Amino acid sequence: MKRYLKAFAVLAGLTAVAVPVAVYAAGEYDKPRDARFGFASLLGTFDRSSAQRGLQVYQEVCAACHGLRLLSFRNLLEIGLTEEQARAIAANVQVTDGPNDEGQMFERPGRLSDRFRRPFANEQAARAANNGAYPPDLSVMVKARKNGANYIYSLLTGYRDPPPGVTVGDGMNYNPYFAGRQIAMANVLNDDQLEFADGTRATADQMARDVVTFLAWASEPETEQRRRMGIRVLIFLAVGGVLAYMVKRKIWADLKTKPA
Amino acid sequence: MAIGLHKSDIKNPVMRWVDERLPVFTMMQKEYGTFPTPRNFNYFWNFGALAMINLMIMIATGIFLAMNYTPHTAYAFDSVERIMRDVNYGWLIRYVHMNGASMFFIVVYIHIFRGLYYGSYKAPRELLWMLGVTIFLLMMATAFMGYVLPWGQMSFWGATVITNLFSAFPVVGQHIVTLLWGGFSVDNPTLNRFFSLHYLLPFVIVGVVFLHVAALHITGSNNPLGVEPKGPQDTIPFHPYYTIKDTVGIIVYLMVFAFLVFFMPNYLGHPDNYIPANPLSTPAHIVPEWYFLPYYAILRAVPDKLGGVLLMFGSILVWFLLPWLDTSKVRSMKFRPIARIFLILWVFAFFVLMYCGAMPAEQPYVIISQFATAYYFAYFLIVLPALGKLERTPQLPESIARAVLGDRVMGGGPMPVGAAAKPMEKA
Repeated sequence: MKRYLKAFAVLAGLTAVAVPVAVYAAGEYDKPRDARFGFASLLGTFDRSSAQRGLQVYQEVCAACHGLRLLSFRNLLEIGLTEEQARAIAANVQVTDGPNDEGQMFERPGRLSDRFRRPFANEQAARAANNGAYPPDLSVMVKARKNGANYIYSLLTGYRDPPPGVTVGDGMNYNPYFAGRQIAMANVLNDDQLEFADGTRATADQMARDVVTFLAWASEPETEQRRRMGIRVLIFLAVGGVLAYMVKRKIWADLKTKPA
Repeated sequence: MAIGLHKSDIKNPVMRWVDERLPVFTMMQKEYGTFPTPRNFNYFWNFGALAMINLMIMIATGIFLAMNYTPHTAYAFDSVERIMRDVNYGWLIRYVHMNGASMFFIVVYIHIFRGLYYGSYKAPRELLWMLGVTIFLLMMATAFMGYVLPWGQMSFWGATVITNLFSAFPVVGQHIVTLLWGGFSVDNPTLNRFFSLHYLLPFVIVGVVFLHVAALHITGSNNPLGVEPKGPQDTIPFHPYYTIKDTVGIIVYLMVFAFLVFFMPNYLGHPDNYIPANPLSTPAHIVPEWYFLPYYAILRAVPDKLGGVLLMFGSILVWFLLPWLDTSKVRSMKFRPIARIFLILWVFAFFVLMYCGAMPAEQPYVIISQFATAYYFAYFLIVLPALGKLERTPQLPESIARAVLGDRVMGGGPMPVGAAAKPMEKA
């Protein structure tokens, strides 16, 4: 029995590993590079300064086309912004509110409780402005792609000239990490295109890392709390498990030698 | 039985008053206290209790999720993300529910394997087994509809593919599909009725589980030797022996569960389900949740749509006939050296199908699925009926106590072949 159990365990394990891996084998695109993000490890946390730089990259580069509609400005306190900073970012945005007592809609500066603004009124407007392509919302992007963080990092830094013999469609760009290797989005990250508030040099690689850190946090803002709680739960259960097993041994001890 | 108050042994006057009028305490004492249970269970016998716990966790978390969920195509996706972000510990409740579904299937698959390996489906436990298969079918329906609720891409396209299967049935097929959809495509009415049914079915499961447990307490449990207890020396009271042994199992189960929930909550899910449903954009590969992959592979192994659908449903329905397909009088595979190998191969075929179900429907996966499907059914329809007549099995142990304790404790007598005495935990 034991032997078979072991065989099952190995089989089940192999199935669990092979199934996700095989997805890459089927698609026409490259496996993402491993960017070794600190938050990707089992107990990892989000680098606050990186996430804040990522916010800046999102605001100055991505936000032109991509929304972040599930995120509220108040959430920014979680990556270490002060309340004043978060309020200032919110106040930069004009929000349509109302109707007021006269029944009119009106514009007001954003508050902490407001969500991030969507760059286009609707999908049609987005497509019209982007050569028919629809820039997806980034709120849960890191968990909406296989190996999301590494994938987005690889994609952002993966633009290159198409290999000989490959023709790229009209208005498309070559990127080996995208399904089909052609993507409507152009390369948007170039060295030193912006200046980080904390003085870090804005290389394309740095900006990609930072914005992925920011988006990973935005996709799963509960990550750090979840991992901390997980440790406590597992320790609690482990102690309880040892105690329960000892009690079990004691209760069963006399049964081994005598008929009940 | 004469009409009048129940004769209660309970000492506490308040409990006694209740017990005389409604003997719930006497019943609990009889069914979970002194209930005579074979003394030789191994840890495989934890999984019934684990499934029960899992069902309760699913219902508890589900009720809280339903308080915050909006079953409308325009709001469902965002309401789930709102639970993740803004509801107090909503992420915990949702991840427990989501991974709870996977844990439920892991637990129940092991529970079913236990039944297959130790012949728990054989007389007199046929009805007990069939109730179990019914629970499993209800579970599958519930899980499928639950996966539709977040209204992601896989929710939508999984619902489209699976509901469309019913259109394969002649004459009534299209009508069934229209009824399931509440219209002419998967849309808001579909989501509404799936939510309603997803809330209803778990309580139906509770009902059938009650019957499953009631039937179990009539026949008593099977055990790793597959030999019925012959007297008090073969059994021990359920409490404290199995309450504590189940407690150990429950804690180990909770640790695995907690690890999934807290450290890799999305590992068993599909990333596409974090893309809001879009009827105009079909995902490259539509795959069901991992626990449905073997049946999905069977479905796709058959070139004919109706044939595939029938085989897929047949792969579970054949379990109903198992008590009569297996003609061997010997229950436990411990004493069936040939059948044991075929069962191990069957489990292997199940994993192969699971693997192929996750692959695109192209060669070589289709041909592999076909062979695995053929063996899946051959095991039930050819191997088990034939082996019962052909297989030579060693002599069964005289009694559970003798097999467990050995001659030293039980006094002289020959030891049965192939049933050496072993410590309890390693049966």
